[in-house]
Amino acid sequence: MSDVTTITKAGSVSFSPLSRSEYEDFLYHEAALLDEWRLDEWYELFAEGAIYEVPTAGSRDDADSAAALFYIADDHTRLRHRVERLKKPSAHSEWPRSDSARLISNVRILGGGESGVEVGCIFTTYRSKNDITDLFVGHARYMLRVIDGAIRIVSKRVFLDMNSLKPQGRVSILL
Amino acid sequence: MATALVTARKSGRWIQDDRQAGLFKVSRDVFTSPEILELERALIFDRSWLFIGHGSELKEPNDYLTRKVGGRELIFNRDRGGEYRAFFNTCPHRGAMVAREKCGNALGFKCFYHGWSFNNNGKYATRTPAGVYPENFGKDGSLDLAAVPRLDSYRDFFFVNYDPNARPLVDFLQGAAEILDLVADHSPNGMEIVGGAQEYSIRANWKLLVENSFDGYHAAETHETYFAYLMKAIGEGEVTAALDDLENASRGLDLGGGHGMVEGRAPWGRPIGRAIPAWGEEGKAEIDAITKELVERVGPERAARIANRDRNLGIFPNLVMNDIMAITVRTFYPDAPDLMNVTSWALAPVGETREARKRRLDNFLEFLGPGGFATPDDVEALESAQRGYAASQFAPWNDISRGMLKDQPASDDEEQMRTFWREWNRRMEAGL
Ligand code: FES
Ligand SMILES: [Fe+2]
Repeated sequence: MSDVTTITKAGSVSFSPLSRSEYEDFLYHEAALLDEWRLDEWYELFAEGAIYEVPTAGSRDDADSAAALFYIADDHTRLRHRVERLKKPSAHSEWPRSDSARLISNVRILGGGESGVEVGCIFTTYRSKNDITDLFVGHARYMLRVIDGAIRIVSKRVFLDMNSLKPQGRVSILL
Repeated sequence: MATALVTARKSGRWIQDDRQAGLFKVSRDVFTSPEILELERALIFDRSWLFIGHGSELKEPNDYLTRKVGGRELIFNRDRGGEYRAFFNTCPHRGAMVAREKCGNALGFKCFYHGWSFNNNGKYATRTPAGVYPENFGKDGSLDLAAVPRLDSYRDFFFVNYDPNARPLVDFLQGAAEILDLVADHSPNGMEIVGGAQEYSIRANWKLLVENSFDGYHAAETHETYFAYLMKAIGEGEVTAALDDLENASRGLDLGGGHGMVEGRAPWGRPIGRAIPAWGEEGKAEIDAITKELVERVGPERAARIANRDRNLGIFPNLVMNDIMAITVRTFYPDAPDLMNVTSWALAPVGETREARKRRLDNFLEFLGPGGFATPDDVEALESAQRGYAASQFAPWNDISRGMLKDQPASDDEEQMRTFWREWNRRMEAGL
């Protein structure tokens, strides 16, 4: 894999993304890590300084975590703690662990720039706990970058295409 | 329903309140019975002041929002003259909702079904060809949007009441009014609801969230993972010192009217008055400036209470205002005995800098809400208790006795919950 962005002399940015199927494979891999609760490996997919955000259901793509209330607006450090927390039995909402299955579809390369290549997808995530299966539906926007030969997440923003968290109640799993 | 009501009439069936012995019990039937829920709708929700919104949500004349309050779809708006109003969001013709967006700015409302129109003061304003209806059709006001019987406000917090004879809001609030003052006084510029509401449901009885919202007892146990995070962020000593201090320096208070509060000093940072190392020099300087302004405006003693005390306020029956690591305003309604719908907002000073707002929202999200490090575990606890109540025939009582024999119960006692339950019981028994 080669680096995906080059900055031209004039200062404009051009980018040569990887193929869609390479990004698709990456997203499938990420989904599998989450479904299998391999959370440390999942965290390793994030680049230093990365963010992970989930705005409130129905938010627009330009939602800003410094101006609006989200569900989750983690920087890299807080995401580390989220992962640490989820590994403990004292994270009661996820103990015993819920079962989950993620479907990823409609993967598209949306653009790119200095910080990486923007990739979008649609997801449906089933989460089962206490004999109840809840469904999360939405789209995700990734900023991906090749670092040391591997795709890394610079930012992941998860938009729930739902009116509210009824009946799901919480986003205690990683979306 | 008839048999349930007959047996329910016996006093002491729902609550055992033995002040002498220091024992307080709540029947688990009150969390599972559909008959109780029917009674609550009639005797509690239809007769209490219910939060409809904050003044900041309707900044300009003609602004409106739509919201479900106490089981009814409402429009909360300002008319052309800027006056605040509340209407039932149902067309006087045949019932469709006349406003179907969450919020907006409109001179009037037009029903999409057959096109009837209304000014934003509720007046019927439909043009119809002559002869279709009688000449004086609607002149008696019967075709205007139905107004909610009562709308009142205190410090920009707006409430409705479905009981036309309800006493004024400020009388209803009793000791909770001065706590709302403490929250409203955070800023010289007024307070505002931050964009983005968290709307979610919990598969548990609504009264379990009343208890949980000012339950200092569960914090260290249920939220161990949050405090572990906090220790990393601000240091272990700070956290354990504050938690150990709960017993001496905190209070659980009966504010009258079923309203209760816990107040103390928690270990987390506060966007007003209590910086933490993670916010850096700049953050600390900004918070010092905020505190300085506060001291100048309200005096050192009141400023210390506003800035450096954490408080969880419960206004009967279902408004929570927690002035803690951020300010959350939360209200919730039952859909069924074992299902509630929750709406949570963040309240913040008008004119806060982007950096301060970001710190506040980060603080909020670390603890609160469906993706926080704490609230999901509360939800799990409530849902778990609700499942346990299926055995109420054999395990019939909840215990709420903690600290009952103390002169001044602490925030990890249960006095504030007893306050709620006594008022709940008084209204339920008086209504039968
Ligand atoms: S129901 Fe509104 S115009 Fe007919
Ligand atoms: Fe809690």
